[in-house]
Amino acid sequence: MNQFNTFLASFKNLTTAGYLFYGLGLITLISAISVVTAKNPIHSVLALIFTFFCLTGHYMLLNAQFLAIVNIIVYAGAIMVLFLFAIMFLNLKEEDEEAKTNVTKMAAVIVGGVLMVLLLSIFNYAPVGTFNPASFDAKTGLVERLGIVLYSDYILPFELASILFLVAMVGAVMLGKREAGDPHF
Amino acid sequence: MELTILVIKSLVILAVFGITLLIATYSTYAERKVAAFLQDRIGPNRAGPFGLLQPIADAGKMFFKEDFIPAQANKWLFILGPCLAMLTALMSSAVIPFGDSIRYASFDVPVQGIDVNVGVLYVFGVVSLGVYGVMIGGWASNNKFSLLGAIRAASQNISYEVALGLSIIAILMMTGSLSLRHIVNEQNGFLQWNVFTQPLGFVIFLTCAFAECNRTPFDLPECETELVGGYHTEYSSMKLGFYLFAEYINMFTSSAIISTLYFGGFQYPFMHQVHDALVNSLGSTVGHNIATGIGTAVLFGKIFFFIFFFMWVRWTIPRFRFDQLMNLGWKTLIPLSILNVVLTGAGLLFDKFKYATWLIVIVMIVLAATNAIKAPRRKPVAVPQV
Repeated sequence: MNQFNTFLASFKNLTTAGYLFYGLGLITLISAISVVTAKNPIHSVLALIFTFFCLTGHYMLLNAQFLAIVNIIVYAGAIMVLFLFAIMFLNLKEEDEEAKTNVTKMAAVIVGGVLMVLLLSIFNYAPVGTFNPASFDAKTGLVERLGIVLYSDYILPFELASILFLVAMVGAVMLGKREAGDPHF
Repeated sequence: MELTILVIKSLVILAVFGITLLIATYSTYAERKVAAFLQDRIGPNRAGPFGLLQPIADAGKMFFKEDFIPAQANKWLFILGPCLAMLTALMSSAVIPFGDSIRYASFDVPVQGIDVNVGVLYVFGVVSLGVYGVMIGGWASNNKFSLLGAIRAASQNISYEVALGLSIIAILMMTGSLSLRHIVNEQNGFLQWNVFTQPLGFVIFLTCAFAECNRTPFDLPECETELVGGYHTEYSSMKLGFYLFAEYINMFTSSAIISTLYFGGFQYPFMHQVHDALVNSLGSTVGHNIATGIGTAVLFGKIFFFIFFFMWVRWTIPRFRFDQLMNLGWKTLIPLSILNVVLTGAGLLFDKFKYATWLIVIVMIVLAATNAIKAPRRKPVAVPQV
């Protein structure tokens, strides 16, 4: 009860950004949970898209505008469209639900629980970064700073990531290419 | 003090919102008039003088029609589809700079919804979300033709987004900023307009804008000869109206973005001379505001021209086949835009030369000309004498 009171007291002292963060966090959690609990896979994908929007909101709160917009373009705009695309073609039915036996459900719960414990213990021990409010530069997350850092300090990882993408793209083209003898659909 | 800025800002935002809707409404009227002109007809002329009340009559008809939801459809997603289409269509006009700034007392309030420093990316993000309205609506209708239309729309939009983004990159390289206002200010002077520095990029962007708006010659998602009505086969009443209306709003925003990115936005030749003359004769507040107004009017002139251009093309050119559309997107526009980026970069490295991409245009014209000369002449067909 005492802890609850201190929590309430700290809640009263929040700034506007703090209230925004808690509200947004609540919405994020609800939509992320509904990704897992939704019966219909399309609803699940839509909830996931909404979760990405909430994450964009969190980036905005951190003043990382570039990351926020790129999150929308890449995840919500491209990857999730392809997800939706694939699921619409699959024509999943309600009957498929019964194919999941109790053993699979148990296994899923155990694996998920272990993962959660693992993550919690990691976050418990991981050092949380600190900052000095006096010398903090609010422009850290903006495009120019990010570009300068990416193209000077992190140029090698950046280039390696782009080579990885190129390899993935060439591989996809290789797999999808119709060979000489293949039937036309 | 803060309140004054807030009031002016909210007035600007409301005005942008209202003007977007108004122009989209009258685009439907203009479309019918342009179609009528191109087909040698009269067009709507019954509702009000010159048929000016026709859009209102259309909207009234849409509202009073039966609002039908198919029995097997997913009800909430069926309703969500058109709402999302409208929402995403209305969002992107927020970052377009419609004018310089309104001066009131000691404040300079820019004529723009929000001046974010990632404006181009914001537009791009909203455009990439536009496909959800179509996809969700098409799937929720529980109709094979709707689903096929939705899938077509999605694949077309995703394919052309790539070329769209790559053609903008050349401009970003020259400007060095993602803010749309900065891009407009950079195009200071007639020959600095990006259409002259980026002719190829402009053509690619225009083509992709047509494809993103699902306008003819790229209106395959609603190709009635193959798909009945495309993604909105099952829709009726104002839900259908929202889908159709969203297309016109998209047309307006794409015209505005084309004018902003390539035609200097609210800039016009001898702008500074006009501004100085107005400020000298009418004082720094009134003169400045009138100069801003002229700039905004010029921008709207450019926007109207592009809306007309969209309609002109629609009633002139037949639609592509779907494989032609995909080939054009992936095998022509994307390589060309990558070449465009590389050449622009080379030109900028070499003494900040901005007009390097004319090289591609010249080479393409020469190739086309040699092709035309080399091509075997057609024998004149013998005309039977009567």
